[in-house]
Amino acid sequence: MKKSVLFGALTTAGLAAGAAQAATLDDVKERGELNCGVVTGLAGFGAPDANGVWEGFDVAVCRAVAAAVLGDPMAVNFVPTTGQTRFTALASGEIDMLARNTTWTFSRDTDLKFDFVGVNYYDGQGFIVPTALGVSSAKDLDGATICIQTGTTTELNLADFFRNNNISYEPVPVETNAEGQQQYLAGACDAYTTDASGLAATRATFENPGDHVILPEIISKEPLGPLVRHGDNEWADIVRWTLNALIAAEEYGVTSANVNELASAPGTNPEVNRLLGTEGELGGMIGLENDWAKNAIAAGGNYGEIFEKNIGENTPIGLARGLNAQWTNGGLIYAPPFR
Amino acid sequence: MTTTSDAPPKAGFRPSQLIYDTRYRSLTIQVIAFIALMLGLSWLVSNTITNLSALGKDFDFGFLGQRAGYDINQRLIEYDSTSTHGRAALVGILNTLLIAVLGCVLATIVGVLAGVLRLSKNWLVAKLMAIYVEGFRNIPVLLWILLIFALMTEATPQPRDFREGGDASMILGDTIAITNRGVFIPAPFWGAGAGILLAVFLVSLVAIFFWRRYAHRTQEQTGRILPIGWGTLGLLIVPTAVAFLALGMTSGRVTQPVLATGATEGMTLADYAASQQTINACAVPFSTESLNLRRLMRSQEIRFNYVAVEDAAGALTALEAGNCNILSLPASVDIATVPAGAVALSDTIRRGMPVEFERPVLGGFNFEGGLQLRNSLIALWLALSLYTGAFIAENVRGGILSVSKGQTEAAFALGIKPSRTMRLVILPQALRVIIPPMISQYLNLTKNSSLAIAVGYMDVRSTLGGITINQTGKELEGMLLLGLFYLVTSLIISSAMNLYNSRVKLKER
Ligand SMILES: N[C@@H](CCC(=O)N[C@@H](CS)C(=O)NCC(=O)O)C(=O)O
Repeated sequence: MKKSVLFGALTTAGLAAGAAQAATLDDVKERGELNCGVVTGLAGFGAPDANGVWEGFDVAVCRAVAAAVLGDPMAVNFVPTTGQTRFTALASGEIDMLARNTTWTFSRDTDLKFDFVGVNYYDGQGFIVPTALGVSSAKDLDGATICIQTGTTTELNLADFFRNNNISYEPVPVETNAEGQQQYLAGACDAYTTDASGLAATRATFENPGDHVILPEIISKEPLGPLVRHGDNEWADIVRWTLNALIAAEEYGVTSANVNELASAPGTNPEVNRLLGTEGELGGMIGLENDWAKNAIAAGGNYGEIFEKNIGENTPIGLARGLNAQWTNGGLIYAPPFR
Repeated sequence: MTTTSDAPPKAGFRPSQLIYDTRYRSLTIQVIAFIALMLGLSWLVSNTITNLSALGKDFDFGFLGQRAGYDINQRLIEYDSTSTHGRAALVGILNTLLIAVLGCVLATIVGVLAGVLRLSKNWLVAKLMAIYVEGFRNIPVLLWILLIFALMTEATPQPRDFREGGDASMILGDTIAITNRGVFIPAPFWGAGAGILLAVFLVSLVAIFFWRRYAHRTQEQTGRILPIGWGTLGLLIVPTAVAFLALGMTSGRVTQPVLATGATEGMTLADYAASQQTINACAVPFSTESLNLRRLMRSQEIRFNYVAVEDAAGALTALEAGNCNILSLPASVDIATVPAGAVALSDTIRRGMPVEFERPVLGGFNFEGGLQLRNSLIALWLALSLYTGAFIAENVRGGILSVSKGQTEAAFALGIKPSRTMRLVILPQALRVIIPPMISQYLNLTKNSSLAIAVGYMDVRSTLGGITINQTGKELEGMLLLGLFYLVTSLIISSAMNLYNSRVKLKER
């Protein structure tokens, strides 16, 4: 048993790096399928529907990348990961990319040897409590028992917040959002804390969402985005520019409805032409076909469409665009030029 | 490998003998296997090293000294989010050892009882035990852990149900609260004379040892049976109880002043609290002073922070440094020598008995005070013990059945009671069959405790092997350390048990 642990660790590390060196793009093309790490299940962000087909805001990024690289948005093998397993899964090459509301932090980007390719949701950490507790501020939570997902940034923020405010709490570590939700609803913890978007998504699945409030304090910055292994810059470029293509498409009014028409012949906007491949050779520059962005946008629509369909105000999750509006509307979502 | 040259120098050794001569063949095979193993190992190691560097990761244990940043709920030693990853690992190790020890003890008790009872002539009891054993042996332990945990969280009341008008109440004279966050029991606090009390208790343990030896010897020599059980019980309780009462008479009623900085002589605590922004009280953890200070604060509904110090001298230094503004010292300490201009308030506290118990009381969100046995601990403990207990029960049953029936019949013929027959005749002989497989059950239990994360119990697998690895990205280092820890623990357990085994096994004289 002891020996096998040791050998196991050595072999995983060995395999890990073996895979990391190879060109991910070639692997994906050869496999004909993209291995994409996602959440274990979070309504609106990533969860299988009634037919077992994964859908959600983060899942849409995986589909767009698969469409750009392989031409087929369904050619994705979704790998559910927990807060604790996600990084090992990516580092070991089990997945090609991770799109699992993961916060871009310094140490993850550098020390953990990953590359964040952008931000698809600007978030912050919040708390949810039962209305019956009569708590109106996170600072009233002195002595409370709080459910917290292990292996996350939110775990560290929580410790800092209570420390800075000189109040105490009892952490109840949970591994997945589902577990946290179950413990919280059973009253085993007074409050549940995670990214505010995750709280909204979790609350939407409650039987009586109105019995729970999300407290006003946002205690951290959580820029969430897709990431890949450090070192394979070609692959990082592909994922980065696929995300940017979705964002730019919204800015220029390219939607899933009109993308085929716009891509059939060059139009008046040269940037749209370059994006959709009717002008220039942008696809070739990242090793893809020239219709890569067209396929990515056709997969689930542009950034705005994806947002509205999965987590927008007309969904049960009901998130406003807020910080995640286009820069032209006063938000932070901004794609560099396609040129 | 040098042994090859040890072979008798016979004339005409031919290399083919290495394969065809049975004298050399096994040696040849061993050497080849050894070389293959070493090659495999060095391939693994060098592969790991090159691939780690290709990934840009280094191999070092420096992360153990970095700030951990996360909190742990169950801590047997001082720890907070500013402590290091190494310390977090230590907290986890202690939690693992705690569950291993608790589990092994309970599993043994349950296992021996169930094993003996499964052989009972009482049909119902025997069948019940059979159901227990088969049920637990044949269902994965993880399911039991989750099941017990789910029962504990879903079927027990929340702390707020204990409030007035709620439908839950504490049991055993309001001393124990069973909630969905754990069981809260009274916690011991140690006061003046606790050391003496402990010494008396230890001495009576020694006395018990000698009493039992004396009783056994008397019985062997004269056949007279002394009341071993009563004597043991009496020795266990009486001296300690007498010492407790005596000490309590002398120090229990004594009061001592509460000192505060920036107060005026004779001010009440309430007025002082109103005049200060925050109250920081210095006290030694688990001392009766800290308990009585807290009781006083609570009775006046004063909110305060607790600053843990080592001892009275430590409290004075902390006061001097301004870390706290309130503390209590024995009346024997001259107040004039207390630094930072602390003066006595009009409120005093009791010095306290050598040991006092603090009951859990309902606070804002949770029960406060007392000792919290978290549901994760209880679920893990019960599930591991019941699961392993089922295996131990079978070992015990096998051991008992291995003792020839003639032994029982002989004992009965001598008029020995059935319970004594079991205890004095059968079990001692069965033990040498029972102990060796028991070792591997203890090892299993200890290693199975790494399932703790399933219920959020912060063992070493969850701290070092979970959160720390995740935050620092040091999978290899963390896993190696973890493997090393389990290896060392297992070796210690098995050598301790082997030692015991060599004491009970059949002595060949
Ligand atoms: N953004 C944080 C937390 C991410 C996180 O774990 N979020 C939870 C709640 S929003 C989640 O996605 N859980 C889904 C699951 O358990 O699979 C991080 O990167 O560390």
